[in-house]
Amino acid sequence: MHQHEMSTCSVFDGAVFMSSEMKLTEDFKRDTHPDKVNLAGREYVGEHGHTTWLPLVRKIKQQIATDPTLTPEYPPILGIPEFTQRATELALGKDSPAIVESRVFGVQTVGCTGAVRLGAELLRSWYCSSSSWNGPILLSSPCDDSLTGTFKAAGIDDVQHYRYWAAESNDVCVENMVHDLENAPERCVVVLFASGHHPTGAELSQEDWKRVAEVMKKRQLFPFFLMSAQGLCSGSLEQDAWAVRHCVSLGLELLCAQSFSYSFGLYGERVGHLLCVLKQNMLAVQSQAEKLVQTLWSCPPMEGARVVATILSNPAHLVEWQEGVKGIAEHCMLIRERLRERLRLLGGPGRWDHITKPGGLYCCFGLNAQQVEFLIQRKHIYLLPNGCLNVSAINSRNLDYVAESIHQAMHSQL
Amino acid sequence: MSIFGEVPLAAPVAVFKLSADFREDQNPNKVNLGVGAYRTDECQPWVLPVVRKVEKMIVDDHSLNHEYLPILGLPEFRSSASKIALGEDSPAIKDNRVGAVQCLGGTGALKIGAEFLRRWYNGTDNTKTPIYVSAPTWENHNAVFSNAGFEDIRPYKYWDAGKRGLDLTGFLGDLESAPDHSIFVLHACAHNPTGTDPTQDQWKQIADVMKRKNLFAFFDSAYQGFASGNLDKDAWSIRYFVSQGFELFCAQSFSKNFGLYNERVGNLTVVAKDQDNLSRVLSQMEKIVRITWSNPPSQGARLVAITLNTPELFAEWKDNVKTMADRVLLMRAQLKEKLKTLGTPGTWEHITEQIGMFSFTGLNPKQVEYMIKEKHVYLMASGRINMCGLTSKNIDYVAESIHEAVTTVQ
Repeated sequence: MHQHEMSTCSVFDGAVFMSSEMKLTEDFKRDTHPDKVNLAGREYVGEHGHTTWLPLVRKIKQQIATDPTLTPEYPPILGIPEFTQRATELALGKDSPAIVESRVFGVQTVGCTGAVRLGAELLRSWYCSSSSWNGPILLSSPCDDSLTGTFKAAGIDDVQHYRYWAAESNDVCVENMVHDLENAPERCVVVLFASGHHPTGAELSQEDWKRVAEVMKKRQLFPFFLMSAQGLCSGSLEQDAWAVRHCVSLGLELLCAQSFSYSFGLYGERVGHLLCVLKQNMLAVQSQAEKLVQTLWSCPPMEGARVVATILSNPAHLVEWQEGVKGIAEHCMLIRERLRERLRLLGGPGRWDHITKPGGLYCCFGLNAQQVEFLIQRKHIYLLPNGCLNVSAINSRNLDYVAESIHQAMHSQL
Repeated sequence: MSIFGEVPLAAPVAVFKLSADFREDQNPNKVNLGVGAYRTDECQPWVLPVVRKVEKMIVDDHSLNHEYLPILGLPEFRSSASKIALGEDSPAIKDNRVGAVQCLGGTGALKIGAEFLRRWYNGTDNTKTPIYVSAPTWENHNAVFSNAGFEDIRPYKYWDAGKRGLDLTGFLGDLESAPDHSIFVLHACAHNPTGTDPTQDQWKQIADVMKRKNLFAFFDSAYQGFASGNLDKDAWSIRYFVSQGFELFCAQSFSKNFGLYNERVGNLTVVAKDQDNLSRVLSQMEKIVRITWSNPPSQGARLVAITLNTPELFAEWKDNVKTMADRVLLMRAQLKEKLKTLGTPGTWEHITEQIGMFSFTGLNPKQVEYMIKEKHVYLMASGRINMCGLTSKNIDYVAESIHEAVTTVQ
């Protein structure tokens, strides 16, 4: 049989090289400077400098590994009810009217990103009786590039921004935010950060949220909450979920993407949840969510969800876990206090409220590109654009160096 | 008024509805031949002994970090999984032009591959590039490619119902008439749902046409090792295409051959012309993964990587896989024998000629309905049965039921 020669060009010739989002982390890994610090990471690291499981998590994992009754079967497409029910209750509170009235369903997803992607696909397919809704959707300014990318990949092209964090005040400017929402097209979708805004860490107060929710309701804007760190910001699960619960109490329909990565240390296991609060027609929307999940990952991975479900379903475990979460929140607050104190002592003008006002992992110094470059290149301190950083990576060994370096970046001629 | 007030109820997926009906059935003789997973002779799911062992190793290993996996997945998983598909000594691997992306099961691998191809294969907008899937094929293929943005999904002739075998002439004809650069989804082995695979000679003919017309091979490999009991044999088609110089994708699933259905362990193996193309492809795939699920789950990948990379565990795994494959082969042989002994009209050679988990029995929809309603034996409307649902305890009943269905229902 005559053999045909394969073409010498590649069918992938058109693919352009894309530099990795993880470049900063990779640069850090390659950096050999003894004082290097990575403040750009996504995980919570303890005082010892790396991620850990709560002892409880390890114990539950051991139980799971030796449990003869657990089978490796395909789970339900939308995940295991033991998980989705607990996740729903965690977000809304057990006695939420939405739960009592059976107009909420949850989907176990591949992390928070998976929840956002699924929510985006659901909106694109079905929002406002449209067979292909493509926006507008409003995201905060600033926000992760990947968030924009996720909505666009789902087919929602019209991505706009509302002003959120203001460089001048190094804080949320709720006036700007409310103004932008008042002027947003009616019925557009708005992505809101219930707690733990990435990358700034900036938070709205409950009074701020009341104003925002009022505008949302008045202009029929649809809330898509991201809640990646419930419990880790204030130390209280209820407080961190207040914004979501308030919107539910106003009768709004909403989506909420939750992450269990931070609160359980289960980053690798990819435990996420998409909460859907509706007024009606729940079963139909749920069935369409099922169809969409089948085109993404068929059904979710079990290990992490089983751990979370086991812990949240057991009263004693629940208490132990809540204490662990509170411990993380308090540890972050302590680091923030210490950092603020160091910077205050180093002198120089500056307000330091932005460090201690919000809770959780992230904080933003409002540095310009030159200052950030200085810190990375000259001080080997890796942080995100605008001077956003993960406070948990600061510990007693590197606190002085980090404080002095930030001080230098802000007050020297660069 | 709800924003989602007009959303219609989606039709339930046939195979899940079948399982749900089976669960509700109170008849003591009921048999579920629709289930898509392996069962032991006691009709129980099976945790592979090697998996149990490695699970414990993982949870007791205090040196493991718990961070997010890299976006493209666990490196030792990706490379060992690709080696399984292409062979340890694959020249393509030696040439550094093989890469991989850890994905959420076979579905996830198809998804990432599809999303990439829509964006970067043969020009930068492939929404109109035809995707060909076999007639019939796994019911989710269509939805995955359609949701990835491909507008033109077509069937290629595959199953010949008359002769209960491969319609090679039709298949080759559709390859010839396909627009150049079309994408073909090929089942590497143990075709789902027919269980009918091309022979090596037939694969050669298929590859020949595909090469001439620059058709892209996207392999779906969900049953490697599970089909014949031999990993290399079940990967022959993929390796042949690689040896012929094809660039290709292979979506691998470890759900069946590791019994890890619930941990979603998949791998998208990429074979490119050269290292430069490979690195550009992977860089774009990283971007696609980041906005789909960000990072893949660690548990299943760690388990598979440790097993594949530890000689004693690898040997034990191959043994476990052979156990499953052998049981299926035994059930095939026995079912065929019993039907012959009963004198059931028709030929039943296809039961043992077909391979893997599934068999297209040839029962028509009326006969299938009889099986379900009268005999409480559940199978797909297409006549597809899962051989794993057969056991030494129920095989007589099933054979008799098939006999009844064929002789009393036309």
